[in-house]
Amino acid sequence: MSVWKSETMPIRTQADIVHVRQAVRTWSVDAGMRLVDQTKIVTAASELARNTLEYGGGGELLLEALSESVRVGLRLTFTDHGPGIPDLELALKDGWTSGGGMGMGLSGSKRLSNEFEIESQVGVGTTVRITRWK
Amino acid sequence: MERIPILRMGSFLLVTIQVDMHDRLAMTLQDDLTTKIVQTGADGVLIDISALDIVDSFIGRMLGNISAMSRILDAETVVVGMQPAVAITLVELGLSLPGVRTALNVEKGMAILRASRTLLGEEENDDVSLEE
Repeated sequence: MSVWKSETMPIRTQADIVHVRQAVRTWSVDAGMRLVDQTKIVTAASELARNTLEYGGGGELLLEALSESVRVGLRLTFTDHGPGIPDLELALKDGWTSGGGMGMGLSGSKRLSNEFEIESQVGVGTTVRITRWK
Repeated sequence: MERIPILRMGSFLLVTIQVDMHDRLAMTLQDDLTTKIVQTGADGVLIDISALDIVDSFIGRMLGNISAMSRILDAETVVVGMQPAVAITLVELGLSLPGVRTALNVEKGMAILRASRTLLGEEENDDVSLEE
């Protein structure tokens, strides 16, 4: 698997969430994804960017365009240095939220991705990585 | 401050969301709409989302809130024009927009609003013809 393009974007303000959505849209169009797949990865990115801002106190997104033999995809890595998630299993449950949201962000973006990884350490921060293949 | 315009059409309010909304703008719309419903005594709200290329859980929650708030203020809300890819994604995300009335397009949405007003009109105002 090779990364042929990458970019880092800050997630510090609500406007950055909009910028993330727009960048992921452009990259998914460039990767030749179908409209439904574009919509899925942009929606997942919107959820995770909001988590990074609301729960992680801000952070960044690493956008990567991947290619592996004949397939291409996008990998998004959201990193924050916030409080971390004490119980990952609970955080991934539908409808569970530690804040005022609907609790669909993490579990929903997992369903919208082909690959999903999450690492979190209390007091250190959280990293969520999703990949969607064309 | 940036705002989404709310148009008045007879006893209905019409909102067309044409920008990629940041979260605060969505909250402002929620506040503006409820204020406008009370000011104008509108009995229907039509929200056109055909220009939105995603609906995430935040916007989904806003649409649910607007529907619930306007219902309490005696106005029916219909959300129209959702793109097919948005509907597919929304369900996979885990949101089915409970309590939000939807229609395929503006015309069908207006028909729903007119029908519910006519129904109400017959119950409450027999002497006034609200049809036509």
